[in-house]
Amino acid sequence: MAITESIQTVVGTSVKRREDASLLRGRGTFVDNLTLPGTVYMAIVRCPYPHARIVTMNLDVARAAEGVVAAFSGADLAEDWKGSLPCAWPVTEDIKMPPHFPLATDEARFQGDGVAVVIASSRALAKDAAELVEIDYEPLEATADVEKALEDGAPLVHSDLGTNECYVWKLETDDFQAALDAADVVVTRRYFQPRLIPNAIEPRGVLAQVGPSDEVTIWSATQVPHILRFALQIVLGYPESKIRVIAPDVGGGFGSKLDVYAEEALAIALAKRLGRPVKWTEERAENYVATIHGRDTVHHLTFGATKDGKITAVKSEATCAMGAYLQLVTPGIPLLGAWIYSGPYEIPNYSVTFTGVFTHTTPTDAYRGAGRPEATYVLERTMDALAAELGMDPLELRRKNFVKEFPHTMASGLTIDSGDYDASLDRLLELLDLDSIRSEQEALRAGGGAQQIGVGYSTYNEMCGLAPSRILGAIRYAVGGWDSATIRFQPLGSVQVVTGTSPHGQGHETTFAQIVADQLGVDLGDVEVLHGDTAVSQLGMDTYGSRSLTVGGVAIWHASQKIVDKARKIVAHQLEVSEDDLEFANGSFSVVGSPDRAMDVKAVAFQAHSAHNLPDGMEPGLEATATYDPPNFSWPAGAHAAVIEVDIETGDTRLLRYVAVDDVGTPVNPMIIDGQIHGGITQGVAAALWEEGVYDEDANLLSTTMTTYLVPSAAELPSFETARTETPSPTNPLGVKGVGETGTIASAPAVINAVVDALSHLGVTDIQMPATPERVWRAIEEARQ
Amino acid sequence: MRRVALTVNGTRHELELEPRELLVYVLRERLGLTGTTVGCDTSSCGACTVLVNGESVKSCTMLGVQADELEITTIEGLARNGELHPVQQAFHDHHALQCGFCTPGMVLAAVSLIESGEATDEPAIRAGLEGNLCRCTGYHNIVKAVAAAAGVR
Repeated sequence: MAITESIQTVVGTSVKRREDASLLRGRGTFVDNLTLPGTVYMAIVRCPYPHARIVTMNLDVARAAEGVVAAFSGADLAEDWKGSLPCAWPVTEDIKMPPHFPLATDEARFQGDGVAVVIASSRALAKDAAELVEIDYEPLEATADVEKALEDGAPLVHSDLGTNECYVWKLETDDFQAALDAADVVVTRRYFQPRLIPNAIEPRGVLAQVGPSDEVTIWSATQVPHILRFALQIVLGYPESKIRVIAPDVGGGFGSKLDVYAEEALAIALAKRLGRPVKWTEERAENYVATIHGRDTVHHLTFGATKDGKITAVKSEATCAMGAYLQLVTPGIPLLGAWIYSGPYEIPNYSVTFTGVFTHTTPTDAYRGAGRPEATYVLERTMDALAAELGMDPLELRRKNFVKEFPHTMASGLTIDSGDYDASLDRLLELLDLDSIRSEQEALRAGGGAQQIGVGYSTYNEMCGLAPSRILGAIRYAVGGWDSATIRFQPLGSVQVVTGTSPHGQGHETTFAQIVADQLGVDLGDVEVLHGDTAVSQLGMDTYGSRSLTVGGVAIWHASQKIVDKARKIVAHQLEVSEDDLEFANGSFSVVGSPDRAMDVKAVAFQAHSAHNLPDGMEPGLEATATYDPPNFSWPAGAHAAVIEVDIETGDTRLLRYVAVDDVGTPVNPMIIDGQIHGGITQGVAAALWEEGVYDEDANLLSTTMTTYLVPSAAELPSFETARTETPSPTNPLGVKGVGETGTIASAPAVINAVVDALSHLGVTDIQMPATPERVWRAIEEARQ
Repeated sequence: MRRVALTVNGTRHELELEPRELLVYVLRERLGLTGTTVGCDTSSCGACTVLVNGESVKSCTMLGVQADELEITTIEGLARNGELHPVQQAFHDHHALQCGFCTPGMVLAAVSLIESGEATDEPAIRAGLEGNLCRCTGYHNIVKAVAAAAGVR
């Protein structure tokens, strides 16, 4: 058998995506594309008030409407729930965790809270009938303001708790206050980071069926089929062994599909009651209220520093909106940033406090970056503020405080495994051509015209790749951080790879196939990557927190080593040599010194399955499973710069350039990495300039469509300039680091720093995100007075 | 109900439609052409873009009965004899899709933009795709792909 062509360099190359073939032809398997015989359609009746008592509800008219199969109030279904929709991250021992059932029964606590459900023979008829449910509400006082919700007399979201305070979480080094008091310079700034609405272009969707022996199958637009499976046992009582969760093609998530939602439980409960498959597809208007939001936090950030710019202490006090209920990881989102309020800087004294607050709003939860954009924003904005206070160049201040030696244990207690922060900044400055930007800025200022420009930076690091299960346990996260992989040679040499991660646009099939092709020396085309179905991938912890490659991909690497180990035993047995005398390269085992005595790994696979001549006691087959629990988080880092034009007469902004240098360790597929960075940057730029989920004083959501919540189009953005520096992670054998969130974490502060820089000659020192024309114009006017 | 005849991807279909049925649901649910997706129901996102007599139209904005006697091209009708259309191929070559949900609409909007001669440079491509939202790619690679397919820089 011919030795496979050497392809052991496929890692590190921009292999084009295998996922594209079906998606480009319109053959995606998105949940709304699927139906089963006899499917009925669910519509949710949602409370139009931010807070209301349900006085009476009459479903008779709806039940009598054309095509209606059934209609239920929250009270009608109360017996179906064996447990609350779970929150997996009770961050403190005394956290307040109010129950949260799929439908409200007597009190609705945010605009959009589900109160009844109608099932009909078509999507349209279900929606028609939902309008016919008669509900008498008693509107109650409500607040959406995270600070006002803590004031005495504020309307309570859960009156039985007696407070809107959900928890207080604190991490502080010894003698912190003394260290801060000893600083030459102290700078404190307040920041509000508004609500962001994730807006995956595919809304959520569910299709559920329950078989005659209570075997449950649910297709869901979810990032987390495995977590959903165990959550459904908690809510519905079916054993996990009877629940099959399928995440087919999923149209983007960004954290919003990292959750367990009411509609998933409702669809199963109703499929059981009705004996028919039940389908629900979210409309965009529903998505704005019924799918989680991100951010909505107020920070006070304080730096203590020496006169010459060495930062000695950092203190963050943040008030963080939970929304009306705790979703899957709502309370833990701030904690994902809790250890990195020192960023890439060496700051020996550290204090972080989070206060979680209930408000009459859609629950918050993970949105791309989750906790780390919030931390990085206040940190990088305050770096510029401190530089201004000290009269230092903001880049000089950053360099002076960079961590230089790795591994580095931060004051917060976690250890950064690797990095080279100066290298990323050096590369950024090579690309940026700062001198010409500053010359142009000076000329524009001297010219006195309306168009002015500014440049802003963000040097960041982040912790991702969630992660060591022991640490997650220590911070009260309920599930593990490992992931699982199975590699299975078929008898004739093709390879199935089963991953416990669950992609929704990230290109795992391509990236993971590259790893396996390299490790096993087989053609990429011989490797099939399977995922997203708990009947196929029985063990896994899914996709979020930039964990798929650094945990799931590394699990695949470990499984491939087990395959090679077993194959080596078979070859040694058949060639009658010692295992130590065999070398494995390019898919072939050969005897050291006698390269003509060799066996291709595919031939070994056939021998393993025929089992005619295996070592005594060896099980047939060539398959291995590895479960990998990383010893550390993943620590990507980088340096970003934004160049922005501001019209000082209208307040309008235009992003002229965005330059990003990221260090995500050893690249597996540079094309896919760049794509992740482009998308991530865009979401951070959008937060800085356009996107804001606005509630009015009575907690009515005003941003309810894509025309009032400004998801950017191509027309608002430039092309990006990206580059990489590479410091391989010593934590894993692939040297890889996470990349899914870096762009979002880095970009918002770079953009706002650039806006402020553009206006600094006018005396502007801060702009509230997003920097809308009105806010920019007002900031200029206020600075003039 | 009203009787209409639509030609979709070269095949004529005679259908009895409710007046309120949107074209996108006629395509998806009556004809099983689920490549055309629904992202917003409100003509904002462009995921449902199809070609109607060669021009890009958001099919959630048009009633099925309005398409009577018109020619419609959906993503399923773009590849010929198994070969990707040059715009589809460019999207693959330039990694212009991630989750793929907006992709059918984005590709058809790009086809229309190129065929109308409006894809003359990067700013024109960016302006021309304003009605189609993508949440994954930041548009960087979409713009590159459309420029490549249009033969412009």
